[in-house]
Amino acid sequence: MTLSFRNFDAARVLAPQGRLDHDNCEAFQADLLPHVEACSREGSALVLDLSGLEYVSSAGLRCLMVAAKQAKSKSSRIIVASLQPVVAEIISISRFNLVLEVFPTTRDALASVSPQAAQAFDRG
Amino acid sequence: MRVRFWGTRGSIPVALTSADIRDKLARALLAASGRKFESFGDAYAFAKDSLPLSLSHTFGGHTSCVELETGSNEYFVCDMGSGARAFGAHVLARQGGRPAIVNVFMSHMHWDHVMGFPFFGPAYVPGTRLRIYGCHESLEHALRMQQSPPGFPVPFDVLGAKIEFIRLVPEQAQEVRGLQVTPVLQRHSGDSYGYRFEHGGRSVVYSTDSEHKLEDRAETERFVRFFRAADLVIFDAMYSLADAVSVKADWGHSSNVVGVEICQMAGARHLVLFHHEPANDDAAVEVLLLDARRLEELTREGRAPLKISAAYDGLEIDL
Repeated sequence: MTLSFRNFDAARVLAPQGRLDHDNCEAFQADLLPHVEACSREGSALVLDLSGLEYVSSAGLRCLMVAAKQAKSKSSRIIVASLQPVVAEIISISRFNLVLEVFPTTRDALASVSPQAAQAFDRG
Repeated sequence: MRVRFWGTRGSIPVALTSADIRDKLARALLAASGRKFESFGDAYAFAKDSLPLSLSHTFGGHTSCVELETGSNEYFVCDMGSGARAFGAHVLARQGGRPAIVNVFMSHMHWDHVMGFPFFGPAYVPGTRLRIYGCHESLEHALRMQQSPPGFPVPFDVLGAKIEFIRLVPEQAQEVRGLQVTPVLQRHSGDSYGYRFEHGGRSVVYSTDSEHKLEDRAETERFVRFFRAADLVIFDAMYSLADAVSVKADWGHSSNVVGVEICQMAGARHLVLFHHEPANDDAAVEVLLLDARRLEELTREGRAPLKISAAYDGLEIDL
């Protein structure tokens, strides 16, 4: 899974694409780890813009939870945002909305990090 | 083959309280507002067909006990949870004084799976034959121990039935009194075993007290093979996925979400959510059922639909 990213003040936004399931979640977790560590070093938050994610399985959700725990242990945080309706429903059915920080839009997620991050996003 | 559920709750029996019943009645009356019923039959049909499952039923109830009726004169049952008391009464009534032959398959020996045995009436009837199958070395010890002082007043040796303990070999298909049985090791404290039963071209998987580690791809594939094209999968769906992988990780149980996923991968036909969390009321169990059905619909893609039910004491499923 390609993980392109952009920084917005004290936040890094990653946008995973496609499916996150039993087949690729381990690779995804490995790809995510350097970003978690970079955010920890920079004192920034990691926002996952899931607008390009079409499906997430139980194994994929577990990877997100593990990454969120890793981030928390390193004084950072992971926020998920801009969920497609199917992914939003899967997260709700699995009660992962109680485990992950979920925001309707990437801008809302950035605003929860800092006003400067949201302003940087608005500037494009 | 008919599958009859005598006990469906996990960990400890749960009884409705008077307040629970008043709440159900009040909600049912609200749902019936403005309707006029000409007879008990009309009212009964409304209660049966029009009310949500959580109002017209209770998910129970007793702890694990599931009967497989094969058409044989012998009885087949999985686990001896508190549902075994009612199952025993059923056996005695049906036998009409004739001694029964009962084949019991034990998933494991935790108390919620053995607690019905001292109340299993046929065990007290001379001439009854009880064959207790399982993969644990402690089968006999566990049943004897729970009837030892000071826990219970009737010692195991007083039981009138002839009782045999038969060890099964995990991962091997073996014939037991006309049933093809394959036990499979499951992740649970002290180990548990699931069973796949085949009879008359139909297959039933009984897989309770089983945690699935999502990061272990090989384990997932092992269970996909175990569930492959099963007509019925009775699945430990005690928790939500979030609970199962976070605060209740390593507690030895699974979720409705993982049940749907493995059944979909295996091409199973009917998933029955089982071993309900005792802290969940009927409405909470029904939400887990509706969520599972919605997840199946969302993720079905090109597959045949997977039927999903939530087990309750008294549920019968014909295959």
